[in-house]
Amino acid sequence: MVNTKVTLSGWELDNPVIPASGTFNFGKEFADFYDINILGTFSFKGTTKEPKFGNPTPRIAETPMGMINSVGLQNPGIHAVIEHELPELKKIFNKKVIANISGYSVEEYVYNCQLIDKEDQVGIIEVNVSCPNVHGGGMAFGTDPKNVYEVTKAVKAVTTKPVYIKLSPNVTDIVEIAKAAEAGGADGISMINTLLGMRIDLKTKKPIIANKMGGFSGPAIFPVALRMVYQVSHAVNIPVIGMGGVSSAEDVIEMMMAGATAVQVGAANLVNPYACKEIIEDLPRVMEKYGIKDLNDIIGIA
Amino acid sequence: MYKRDIYTVLENKKIAKDVFLMVLEGDTQYITAPGQFINILVEGFYLRRPISICDWDDKTITIIYKVVGKGTEAMAEMTAGKKLDILTGLGNGFTAQEGSTKPLVIGGGVGAPPMYGVAKHLIEKGAKPTVILGFTSKDDVFYEEEFKALGCDVYVTTNDGSYGTKGFVTDVIKTLEGYDYFYTCGPLPMLKAIAGATECSGQLSFEERMGCGFGGCMGCSCKTLTGNKRICTEGPVLVKEEIIW
Repeated sequence: MVNTKVTLSGWELDNPVIPASGTFNFGKEFADFYDINILGTFSFKGTTKEPKFGNPTPRIAETPMGMINSVGLQNPGIHAVIEHELPELKKIFNKKVIANISGYSVEEYVYNCQLIDKEDQVGIIEVNVSCPNVHGGGMAFGTDPKNVYEVTKAVKAVTTKPVYIKLSPNVTDIVEIAKAAEAGGADGISMINTLLGMRIDLKTKKPIIANKMGGFSGPAIFPVALRMVYQVSHAVNIPVIGMGGVSSAEDVIEMMMAGATAVQVGAANLVNPYACKEIIEDLPRVMEKYGIKDLNDIIGIA
Repeated sequence: MYKRDIYTVLENKKIAKDVFLMVLEGDTQYITAPGQFINILVEGFYLRRPISICDWDDKTITIIYKVVGKGTEAMAEMTAGKKLDILTGLGNGFTAQEGSTKPLVIGGGVGAPPMYGVAKHLIEKGAKPTVILGFTSKDDVFYEEEFKALGCDVYVTTNDGSYGTKGFVTDVIKTLEGYDYFYTCGPLPMLKAIAGATECSGQLSFEERMGCGFGGCMGCSCKTLTGNKRICTEGPVLVKEEIIW
């Protein structure tokens, strides 16, 4: 028997496999395929204060070994999530969930996190700092260490649950951003969000995505994500949830060897709705193959 | 409900310019309505290819697809015996309208295939559909005989007049009387023209670039008068009155 249990800020997960925000909605679509209680947990759809329709379509483009999305945080808003989505989730998922929270100002992050912090179903608050800061000239919060520090500090001041900051890779030095989150009091880091990408339709001679650019994800970005998880986990003293192109049990183990305590799976869920189930089922076999008895022994071993 | 399974290609043949018909063998129990679609994983491509269902029975699914890019090019090369990983039973599909006995069934280009399943379904329900198929040119025309074999009156239009009526499907609609409902699938400008050319209600099937095809990614959302809908899940079929053009 191998041990697949890992612990994030005192929260023990049966396994480190976590569907990433934006690829699992609020769980229901996947519960139709399999019992989602086998998951370590999952990170729900990024939630803002107000309901959001998101960006115009087309929002999706294919790439070699990956995809670009420009969904634009379509979500029902924090109040509908608390009043409708969480009670619905309770019917199909008996574990705590990761609440992925977005915002366009420090005040909005504070408002959303304060509300979600009161929910028993939430185990960790994952703060997505990739949104544009409407009061700061529209530049994403996550690209400026000072902003990341301020958002983290403000959110930590109003919450009791562990707060993980989800970092954007679209920065010059992600280590500096991670350190700012740690200095602001973050309990952990989630990384990486999507890379900014683009495709052009040769027939129309225009970008495929209506918003021109979007978030690039899928196996193509795995080496970039792995490298960043390695750099950050060696520079901070808080746990890192690693993600970016993870598609197999081997990828999970590799990401943990780079320094991740748990691993999120994103785009793979959209191509194969059973991706996380298959990874979880395959994990013990791959651990045995490489002589790993306990996943905790390999975190950051590389 | 939807499900993933492995299907076997029984047949894959060219039926018009760049248009292929593929018959797949496997579990069809999750297909519940005409106008639903399947999502095919094609080796070497990351995202699945969503293709509407033309017809199905207890163990086979027939699809008709157009070669528009590398993914469908790879599909066109497939031969009998090829195994494919497919999600089936996706989308809401069309619903036979209560009380409609003389509906129009209108398909444009590769929007025509799902309308075959619709016509068949409506006939089973006792309606007598009139079929209008619109194509660009003579070389693009397919399935006219198959629709006729169902017992429908069939009108074919081509934009250049090289076959059937010259013009658009709406040019035929203008000449028809007594229809009480419509069902359609095709390019967006055609759908819009049909909605404008008809006084009765109807159901229209929409296309959008999709990520997953089963409601997980919100990649194909649209706004309607009855709220936000995902083309892959609450669509692809929308009712005329809820559409925001």
